[in-house]
Amino acid sequence: MKISRNALISFFLLLPAAILLVAFTFYPTVATLIDSVFSTPRGRRPAAFVGLGNFERMAADPVFHRAFLNNLIYAAVVIPASMGLALAMALLVNARIKGRGLVRLAFFTPTILPMIAVANIWMFFYAPDLGLIDQFFGLFGRGGTNWLGQSGTALWALIAITIWKLAGFFMIFYLAALQQIPPSLIEAATLEGASYLQRLRRVILPLLMPTTLFILINAVIEAFRLVDHVIALTRGGPNNSTQLLLHYIYQVAFNFWDTAYAAALSVVLLLVLALIALFQFGYLDKRIHYR
Amino acid sequence: MPVLKMQALNKSWGDTHVVRDLEMETREGEFIALLGPSGCGKSTTLRLIAGLEEPTSGSIELDGIEISKLPSAQRGISMVFQSYALFPHLTVAENITFGLSVRGEPRKSQAEKLARVAPLLGLEGLLDRRPAQLSGGQQQRVALGRALIAQSPICLLDEPLSNLDASLRAEMRNEIRSIQRRLGITMIFVTHDQTEAMSMADRVALLRNGQIEQFDTPEVLYSRPASTFVARFIGAPAMNILPPAAFANCGISFPDDVLVGLRPEDLFPVEQGLAGKVTQIEYFGADSILSVDIGAARCAVRLQGRPSIRTGTLLHLGWDADALHLFDAQTGLRREAAATPLT
Repeated sequence: MKISRNALISFFLLLPAAILLVAFTFYPTVATLIDSVFSTPRGRRPAAFVGLGNFERMAADPVFHRAFLNNLIYAAVVIPASMGLALAMALLVNARIKGRGLVRLAFFTPTILPMIAVANIWMFFYAPDLGLIDQFFGLFGRGGTNWLGQSGTALWALIAITIWKLAGFFMIFYLAALQQIPPSLIEAATLEGASYLQRLRRVILPLLMPTTLFILINAVIEAFRLVDHVIALTRGGPNNSTQLLLHYIYQVAFNFWDTAYAAALSVVLLLVLALIALFQFGYLDKRIHYR
Repeated sequence: MPVLKMQALNKSWGDTHVVRDLEMETREGEFIALLGPSGCGKSTTLRLIAGLEEPTSGSIELDGIEISKLPSAQRGISMVFQSYALFPHLTVAENITFGLSVRGEPRKSQAEKLARVAPLLGLEGLLDRRPAQLSGGQQQRVALGRALIAQSPICLLDEPLSNLDASLRAEMRNEIRSIQRRLGITMIFVTHDQTEAMSMADRVALLRNGQIEQFDTPEVLYSRPASTFVARFIGAPAMNILPPAAFANCGISFPDDVLVGLRPEDLFPVEQGLAGKVTQIEYFGADSILSVDIGAARCAVRLQGRPSIRTGTLLHLGWDADALHLFDAQTGLRREAAATPLT
């Protein structure tokens, strides 16, 4: 068979990227799928084919149920709240206000902090009695709350951290998109009698839709991906009230060394993310006006 | 009928004074051009009228009512932006009715007004398209439609033709003019192109450094320019402004403190007159522009067709009595003096 010189060059140019993708994305995905239908090999007992056994176990696992539900609540609050806050902050720092450079920096700071450092800062806020939040509530005689130590508040405490961390990051994208909108469009809308809210709803938001979709995809990924603060602050506790899917996978795989069950959990997480991505690209993308 | 009146209007950003003591009053249904080189303050003046900028001082009145402090939407003024500023996510129909819709006008009357404006601009077949699917000329019409549908008494146009190609520009020039006449509204448009201003406007305000240099009909601007600036700006090629010394060779003497203006098209070859050497001939088909060196000064002469004159030959020039313009050498302002013919 004769291979043209051009095809050969193309092949070698694509090779580095292909190797990376195969080694770190495709192979692990396929390996995870295979591992999820085998049992975990232990000592002298090699892995055996168990079919959907791991998934049947999952259906009966209360911790998995808890983690799945927690993650849904977590995503359902974090995604809209961080995006809404990001948009509000971007609109604020895009306006002509005094010291907006400083405000932009302040809004963006949480993004450049590593999650572990963020967890440390918030540990100080959440500490019972000594923490900033309790000291404030203490003024009204309502101190003594262990925000991270009660199952009623712990998940919400983590949600607040994530929103704080993500909003600044998303703000940058919104700010960039806002600055792409020609000022004459806003002037024309003003001249035609549109109030600020009308300009926002009828001109600015529609023009921001491509950015909103991009941020939405990122927010979904982050809502399932960010677990550093769970590890640093609660380790899923108390009583699994802050257990999230990825953190549960981490525990099953690296604390309990039940790799086959962890693989099955990963397959579920992959499926959830794939479904969301399909909806976003298949449905939302068609309803968005791209410039 | 609406009359727009600006008095002692000033706008400055820090030390840069963009509009200085501007005085101007429009008449009923008039088409006015704000003309000037870039940076002369013409666009700023338009934005002051529209309320997109706040004047530093001075007043803007519409029908005797002070509007300079009103929000732009309440001024009864519409505007066509240079970039058209069409909303890319809305259809042509939605773009045109945007203002009516945000002001809460019922859908039925929106549709009625749209049905009246669309045929005026030839947009009937395009109402469902989005701006990206339109040509530049069509986008311009949509922008016009949005400005006209509310029937504001004053319509402002910021460089309306600058984004169109030459043939389309001529077409739109006529069209805008005829729409303005038909609707009887006052239009004020900004341009840096003197042919555009001269051919479209009832009156032209020529601006320089934020001040009105001359505000009059195109005929007066051309035939009686108020200063050397106006004389050089109007007409292509520009009026020749010659020092008195240049006329020594034909025996005419002018006072030392004047400059003499002669339009290239007012000069013609004669047996005995102002002598100069032809250095260059540019042929344009209908006419030719000759460059003639008179001493140290260079003078342009426009002649019909292709003249039989060659470069390097000596040419004697003459002019009619009323073709001569005199300007003060110091201030550049026009001087009325006994005209000196040379025929």
